[in-house]
Order: sequence, then C-alpha cells, then structure tokens
Amino acid sequence: MQTIEEYLPEHPFFAGLDQPTLELLAGCATNVHFNVNEVLFHEGDQADTFYIVRKGLIAIQVQSPSAGGVVVDTAEAGGVVGWSWLVPPYRWMFDARASESTSAVAFDGACLRGKCESDPAVGYALMQRVAQVMFDRLEAARLRLIDMYGSSS
Amino acid sequence: MTSLAEHDHADAAAHALAAGDAMLPRPYRVVRTRQDTRDTVTLQLEPVDGVPLKFSAGQFTMLHAFGVGEVPISISGDPTKEGLLEHTIRNVGSVSGALVAAAPGTILAVRGPFGTGWDVSDGMGGDVVFITGGIGLAPLRPAILELLANRDKYNRVVLLYGARTPDDILFGDELRKWADRMGVVVEVTVDNGPHNWRGRVGLVTQLIPRVGFDPAHTVALVCGPEVMMRASAMALRDRGVPAASIRLSMERNMKCGVGLCGHCQLRELFICVDGPVLTYERLAPLMSRWEL
Repeated sequence: MQTIEEYLPEHPFFAGLDQPTLELLAGCATNVHFNVNEVLFHEGDQADTFYIVRKGLIAIQVQSPSAGGVVVDTAEAGGVVGWSWLVPPYRWMFDARASESTSAVAFDGACLRGKCESDPAVGYALMQRVAQVMFDRLEAARLRLIDMYGSSS
Repeated sequence: MTSLAEHDHADAAAHALAAGDAMLPRPYRVVRTRQDTRDTVTLQLEPVDGVPLKFSAGQFTMLHAFGVGEVPISISGDPTKEGLLEHTIRNVGSVSGALVAAAPGTILAVRGPFGTGWDVSDGMGGDVVFITGGIGLAPLRPAILELLANRDKYNRVVLLYGARTPDDILFGDELRKWADRMGVVVEVTVDNGPHNWRGRVGLVTQLIPRVGFDPAHTVALVCGPEVMMRASAMALRDRGVPAASIRLSMERNMKCGVGLCGHCQLRELFICVDGPVLTYERLAPLMSRWEL
C-alpha cells in the first residue's frame, strides 16, 4: 500500500502542489478505514477532520422532517469530505456515513490550520482548493434546487 | 429575400408530406403496457393495418389519444428490430395521462416518425458517451440498442444517467445488463436518496470528468432537461469533445411535425424537422437565450 506521501500527489485535490508542501501537509494526515454504514461524523459534532477519499463511497446525510434521513451528496475516490474544519465555529452541519467499505486519508483540522497560518502560501494554496470544492458543490446544489427531473420539467 | 433556412424548411415539409400523408394519423392498438416507475409507462403498439413503422433512433411520433389530444413522444424501442412500436411516456398532463392509462386493446393514433436521428453509427471506430437525465433515457434507448447490435465496432461506450430519486430510475434491468454483459460503463446518480440508498448522489454532469474516454474521438449523445443538457455540453467541451461531436435532443412544442405550423420554432430552426437531434455547435448560441 502506498504511503500518504506517495498517495497525495495522485489525489486531484492536491494536484499542482510541490513536494515540500505535500510533505508538510502529510504531517497532519493519517490513513483511516470505514466499514459499510460506519459513521464518520454527526451533525453538531466538533469538526476537527478533513477527509480525502481513496476508495469507496461516503454519503452526506441530513435529517429531513418529512423524509427522515436523506442523502444529499456523496463523495467517492478522488473526492473530499468536509470543510467545516476551516471556518468557525468548526462544527459539522451534516452526518457522514460510509456507503461502501471506504479508505481515506484523514487530516487533523487544527494541524492544517496551524500550517496555513504559519505559511500563508500553503494557506492560500489550500484555500484555493477548498474554494473550488465549495464552488463545485454550490453550483451542483443550485441546479438540483430547480428539481429539473420533477413533474413540471 | 428567402433565406437558405427557409428553403430547407420548405424542402423538408414538402418531402415529409410527399413521403406519405404525414398529417394523417394511423391507428395503432396497445398490445402491452409496462409500469416503469411511479409516473412512467411503456406502451407497445401494433399497427392496425399491419404495416410496421420504420424509424431512426432519436425520431419521435405524434401520439394521439382520441378525445383528449396529441403530443410528441420519442420512440423508445429497438430500431434494428421490426415489430411493435414502443413509447415510454411520463404522465405530466392530460394527454400523457390518457396515454399512460391506455389499457391493452386501446386504439391510439400515430403520425410520423418525424425529425432527425442520433446517427450513433458516426461513432463507429471511436468512443460513444451517452449522457441522460430523467425520462431522457427513453429517447436514447434506441441509439443504445442500435450501438449494442454492433458493439464490436465501437471502442469505449459510457452511459451516464441522472435521476431524481432511486425510484425514478428507468430500465433498471437493462442498465444492469448493459453494464454486466454488453461492455458499457454505466454510472448512475440521483439528486437525492433515502438514508438506505447505497449509490451515488449528485449531478450527472459531475460524472463527466470522472469517466474514461478519448475526447477527440468521441461522439456524445445527450438527452434530458435543457438545463442539464447545457451543463453536460459545457462539461464535455471542458473535456475537449468538439462541439460538432456533441448531439442534443431538443424539446419544443411540436405540433404539425413537418415544419409548417411553427409551434416548435427556435429562431431559424423548426425543431420538428431540423431536430430534435442537433449538434451543440448549432445549438450553443441559441440555448442560453431565454427569449427564444
């Protein structure tokens, strides 16, 4: 199995980062594994981790008053889970659960924030990447808001 | 002065009318029905006069429920097999409601087939990517079946399909068969799923960067709500697929089917004769203009 240092350059989220930066970030990371249905985090919990998915599928869920638990998004190999570690109050807004047996790299949020503050270039590079993820998800969420496959379309 | 486009429409209309009473409905009997999802039904129809309908994948007919009305419905059956005419219909209004309620033995009327086809065979020797959402899988199904009848003549074949919920996924058995036995990469996503859904949730366009195909040698066929087709076409362009190799099936208010009435006009195009299948190269300037 690849080490974290070997794997990070292959993950799309880290594309374009130089080796010293990747080694710096790898210092905050550990390999993790989740069995099917295992919960990564619950809504309201302290958001202290950021995950990049190596293999498997993570479901992002929310409790809906009318429909119960609803899966509103998924992340698979090459995807990322969680940005609440980056902005106060560092609290998860959704539940996350493994839909399949899933391998991921987990980054310690406080450690990452520390690296960003001590090295603004690293912080900017990381913020650019998180902003891209946020942008993509916001765009997708806006399109899904129109319910394009609904009965009126 | 008469424009070239106007000549095209006149020629197309004359050709359609000369080809065989395009305005005259032919009676068809409902032979079988299949409830595909909560609101979608497939009808299998046989011509009362016994003469089967020849059609190209991507074409539509004007389907008439007596006493209710007539609507354009894409053909969802296999163009390589002569036999029953197949239509997959979603109940979204009074006419489509009457059609999905038609029991075996009911007589309906059919005009057509009308419009342009997918011409999936243009993808022979290269990759073919099908991108579809919702009921849009039905108009693509004939092209998929046509391709699969000659599967060895194509390289990679990918089907990306987005549905509203897991219960709205059409042709589930066929999707599995195409993936397991026919060498098609089938990726399905839904807009939202119940807590026990084990599949993907998200937009179908988000799948486009993830799948393997050779953009320069790909024909992409896209069918679904217009906003989904626009987003898909842009994502395909981002991958490097030429605009001329991206084909979309447009939906407008088709009425006469032969380019005479103008109900389906999209600026210089009559979708019933110039379309419904058109290249993104031709459609791109028209698709982002709300007033059209």
